[in-house]
Amino acid sequence: MPALLEVCDLAVHHVGDGGRPAVALDGVSLEVSEGEVVGLLGESGCGKTTLLLAILGLLPDSARVVRGTIRFRGRDLLAADEPERRGLRGSRISIILQEPALALNPVRRAGAQVAEIVQAHRGGSGRRCREEALSALAEVGFSEPGRIYDSYPHELSGGQRQRVVIAQALVCRPALVLADEPTASLDTTAQAELRALLQELQGRLNLSMLLVSHDLGALAAIARRVLVMYAGRLVEAGTPADVFAGPLHPYSRGLLAALPPPPPRAGLWPRRLPTPIAGSPPDPASVPEGCAFEPRCPDRLPACVERAPREEQPAEGRRVRCFKYGG
Amino acid sequence: MEAEPPLLHVRGLTKTYAGRRRGRPAVPALAGIDLQITSGTDLALVGQSGSGKSTLARCIVRLEEPTSGEIRFEGADLLALRGRRLLAFRERIQLILQDSAAALDPRMSALDIVSEPLDVLGRGGRIDRHRRALELMETVGIPSGWAERRPRELSGGQRQRLAIARALTLAPRLLILDEAFSGLDVSIQAQIAGLLQDLKARHALTYLYISHDLALMGALADEVAIMFEGRIVEHGDVARVFGDPRHAHTRALIAASPRWPGAAAPPAP
Repeated sequence: MPALLEVCDLAVHHVGDGGRPAVALDGVSLEVSEGEVVGLLGESGCGKTTLLLAILGLLPDSARVVRGTIRFRGRDLLAADEPERRGLRGSRISIILQEPALALNPVRRAGAQVAEIVQAHRGGSGRRCREEALSALAEVGFSEPGRIYDSYPHELSGGQRQRVVIAQALVCRPALVLADEPTASLDTTAQAELRALLQELQGRLNLSMLLVSHDLGALAAIARRVLVMYAGRLVEAGTPADVFAGPLHPYSRGLLAALPPPPPRAGLWPRRLPTPIAGSPPDPASVPEGCAFEPRCPDRLPACVERAPREEQPAEGRRVRCFKYGG
Repeated sequence: MEAEPPLLHVRGLTKTYAGRRRGRPAVPALAGIDLQITSGTDLALVGQSGSGKSTLARCIVRLEEPTSGEIRFEGADLLALRGRRLLAFRERIQLILQDSAAALDPRMSALDIVSEPLDVLGRGGRIDRHRRALELMETVGIPSGWAERRPRELSGGQRQRLAIARALTLAPRLLILDEAFSGLDVSIQAQIAGLLQDLKARHALTYLYISHDLALMGALADEVAIMFEGRIVEHGDVARVFGDPRHAHTRALIAASPRWPGAAAPPAP
């Protein structure tokens, strides 16, 4: 049986006005199986959002898929026509965005924005759609779904709005949920609630997810594998426990060191300033010939500037693209 | 000999917003704040959205008039200041906001943005002001070759550096950073944190951080004050408050903050 989602050697370029093409994705391959959560880590501009949009079929006009395939249950999505993709989007594959205030229409009631998704994909009477929306709102933890249904987005808190967005994403029972930093815009308490909700829904509905997040605790709790992305390439993959406790790629190591240290327990206070990674990510219009991380890398080798390292498997279940491990 | 007064001393500060509709009760945003900041000791104000953190910051910089209470800065009664004396005080406290894109005029060049406070106050000649602005841009790590760039040509981290450079032009004593790290990538956050540490010593600055990121505040601040429903419920040394939290709300915030899986600390860089 094929994996639920199979992305193979995907390369996407952005073509500006007469300028050089900018490399957004360069040979990305990944799989998500039924019921599996795959975490994706990386800085702004590394291609995470381009990847999610490519899977949804929502790449901007300036983007070109220059190589590779995206298969969903074996079906090649890049060969599918727009009506077919529209049928999948929001129904079989849905997305939860970072900023719920932008994802919701401010002048429509929250519930109607959940019901319209049922209407668009399954049709049925207004009352049926309303009932399905209400049960989706109850499912994401609202004790008074009727009241939330009739509220406008501005009458809800950030955490409540994000739960409405999750209800939208889940109401048609998608096979695959894409999530782009779903908790990043919320305060600590709302983040904790939402993390718990996502974890609970994932377990109960056996959701398959591709989850972009910098919340390592959430990834460790929910993801079976994490992927680290840099300059449009996947540079490391492994279980959260392996990658977080012993990152192999120098970029993964730098990214983890840039996060603030954990909150203290039992009076222990490891005061340590987060350490930035030297330099900045490459301009997508001029990514280095060899390893894209070489200009910032503390462990660079002579080979790094000559060509990009191949993917190596230094241990069971771990993959890395770095000459330190062969390549 | 009298002891030096605290840099900032807030006493019994309240701020009540009128109910939005008639008949609705008034909303107390600040319900009696007592707070002291000692020169050189960085304080993190931590709390949920809506706990009153930003209202307090806006009262301190006099963008908002408190309903009652007292704010003293270097011993002087801030709320009594008017006109020129208020203007002079405003140089001493600067505010940096979360969204630097919204805080910077999109039509102005980087250089003009940094020199604007000096231009407005007519400090020195034009050449001097530009020289000073270029120096400060250099200090925060923006190359002088970028002087003519507009905010949209800069990244989020670079815009935040520019906002910091502008805040430094008038040589303030206290810098209030209201969620100044939100929305930045972790590596950029770490760069800005490092920059602030460098600037602190060189410019004799004291920081008041406002954030809901406990882990980051633990790394940056000396003291932490926990805000809840318009009150400060706990205030002390960072290690004591996070290591031995006494108020139930502090414990709840700590329990809710993201944790490192397994390992007690991240790997060494």
